[in-house]
Amino acid sequence: MKKTYKIEVDCANCANKMEQAAQKTTGVQNATVNFMTQKMTVEFDEGQEPKAVMQDVLKACKKVEPDCEIYL
Amino acid sequence: MQEIIIDVLLAAVVLTALVFRFYVGTRPDSSMTKKQRVMLERILASSAVLLVLQLIPVTLFARLDEALFPSAGRWLRFALYLADYFLIGYDILRKAWKGILNRQVFDENFLMAVATVGAMALAIYENGDYLEAIAVMLFYQIGEWFQSYAVGKSRRSISDLMDIRPDYANIVQDGELEQVDPDEVEIGTVIVVQPGEKVPIDGIVVEGRSSLNTSALTGESLPREVQEGDEIISGCINQTGLLKIRTTKEFGESTVSKILDLVENASSRKSKSEDFISKFARIYTPAVCYSALALAVLPPLVRMLAMDLSADWGTWVYRALTFLVISCPCALVISIPLSFFAGIGGASREGVLVKGSNYLEILSQTKTLVFDKTGTLTQGVFEVNGIHHSDLDDAKLIEYAALAESASSHPISKSLQRAYGKKPDRSRVSDIQEISGRGIIAKVDGIEVAAGNDKLMEQLGISYIPCHHAGTIIHMAIRGAYAGHILISDIVKPNAKKAIASLKAAGVEKTVMLTGDAKKVADQVAEELAIDTVYSELLPADKVSKVEELLQQETGKAKLAFVGDGINDAPVLSRADIGIAMGAMGSDAAIEAADIVLMDDDPMKIAKAIKISRKCLRIVYQNIVMAIGVKAACLILGAVGIANMYLAIFADVGVMIIAVLNAIRCLSVKNL
Repeated sequence: MKKTYKIEVDCANCANKMEQAAQKTTGVQNATVNFMTQKMTVEFDEGQEPKAVMQDVLKACKKVEPDCEIYL
Repeated sequence: MQEIIIDVLLAAVVLTALVFRFYVGTRPDSSMTKKQRVMLERILASSAVLLVLQLIPVTLFARLDEALFPSAGRWLRFALYLADYFLIGYDILRKAWKGILNRQVFDENFLMAVATVGAMALAIYENGDYLEAIAVMLFYQIGEWFQSYAVGKSRRSISDLMDIRPDYANIVQDGELEQVDPDEVEIGTVIVVQPGEKVPIDGIVVEGRSSLNTSALTGESLPREVQEGDEIISGCINQTGLLKIRTTKEFGESTVSKILDLVENASSRKSKSEDFISKFARIYTPAVCYSALALAVLPPLVRMLAMDLSADWGTWVYRALTFLVISCPCALVISIPLSFFAGIGGASREGVLVKGSNYLEILSQTKTLVFDKTGTLTQGVFEVNGIHHSDLDDAKLIEYAALAESASSHPISKSLQRAYGKKPDRSRVSDIQEISGRGIIAKVDGIEVAAGNDKLMEQLGISYIPCHHAGTIIHMAIRGAYAGHILISDIVKPNAKKAIASLKAAGVEKTVMLTGDAKKVADQVAEELAIDTVYSELLPADKVSKVEELLQQETGKAKLAFVGDGINDAPVLSRADIGIAMGAMGSDAAIEAADIVLMDDDPMKIAKAIKISRKCLRIVYQNIVMAIGVKAACLILGAVGIANMYLAIFADVGVMIIAVLNAIRCLSVKNL
């Protein structure tokens, strides 16, 4: 399953870091962060509950970039 | 001298910040976010404080020493500078601290924190130049602010360019017009589009006539006329008359939604350059950090142990800190995706939809361009292209032919009807005799007319003049006497020749045409258009294998693009390095299969797409080379002690500003 979320991030490098952090989160098969459109597309592993996984993604992203925001 | 330059710069910063804060930022169309506003105020306050502090002479503080207690002035001075330092840099320090706690050490916040805290410490030790640490932090923040402002602004202007999303649909309810969410309109509903409104959903006109502005979709400024019964595509703007449209698709399946979806997701497909940069950034920052550490520690140790000199720690630590300032990869990381985004946005404005940054990159490397003939270089509709050897008036001959063929549903007959232009009056035709595979004999106004191919003429025993043009020939005989022939052929698009020439000028080395048509026809078209290689009489499957053959002939980085009309050439479109579908307005299949979609069927757009991609990639490379080059130069200068921290921060912020401005140039593609 694939879902797109609106995000807020200030610098391009931070967006790259968020992308890596999201990709490493368990339950996420693949994630891309589009800095220009301020969107994050997350592809979830089979049978994962997006809501729960996104909480972890948010936590991981906050860790690498405290200023970022994901609108769930 | 340097102090004076910095003071002047500070004054300039204060002035610019004032203008932004109280003029630009307060305008109603200002795109400044709250965060940016707060940051701007901090920059303004701290640069003003810094300027004032700079203007207070050091002797004033020295006098405090005498008045109060020894070094009171020194501490007061330090406290004031420190307060200013926190004012501008507290968030960086906080983020750096958080980063350390989260084991995310090597980021630009950490670098800036270490560099400026280090500079501060050196300044306390020497009771001197606090300015340096604060100025570095200040200019770094200015750079960040500018980046976020410029990117936000260009992001918005690009999004505005692509803003073809209709907000509502009008439906008639109880005799009154009501605005509803286009998502809620079901298939088959009749919607009303008033002049000046966007068509929200694909459909068929059931009432009214109007001219449509399709420029948001195709970049073509010529209006399109529609009337009852015509298909209409969402995203066009209704210009003149009221239209009632019966929808044939849901909003989500309509052209406008599909296009928006495609363009919005385009920049998520990353190009090789972008991948390269994000990998580079991942290695670059830690590498610079370790080199800085080495620079701070190794030379003094070597001097002490091996060369028996004084360690000179201060100098080397300072050089190492300078190193850290240069290490932020921001200019690169921001400018590359911005360039691609602007390029894709600019292209979509011209009716060229690119499905991803990667395709833009591949397109720029295209050296071989393979065309499908029909629908790409030619119009794909058969039309009367010439009338030869006729003693009668051309119009009269067409009239006879059209009437004689009026009962037939053959494509040839349709072309004749089109050329005739009027509805044939069937009552004038009698005794129609269709001779399969040969033609028709009929009586028009009582006169015997025969229309058909060579075989028909031979059968009737009429001598005919063969045609040397390629195409379908219809010989005409009236009252048993030869009356000339009508040439029907697919006509070459008006811009095709110019397009091929301009492709060559844009750097395409080889043009190839594939077609299922007869060799004679194909060769003639190719010669007319100056195409290098032609493969004719191909079956659809042959086209794939021909493209594969051509792909194998490619060398190095050269890429092959295939241009088709999206109808039954999907396999070839996906087999080529890059598939371009043209004339795709309203054709879902084409939009699905291709990597690049040309919204109208003007072949000039192919050349335009290639030029846009070349320009965009040129800018990307300029930015990569400039940013890495300047950073490398500064690193070397910093290591040998020529560049100080000011130069480092100006190099960093300056390169970023130039790179961002350069990237925005990708947007202007109109005159390519």
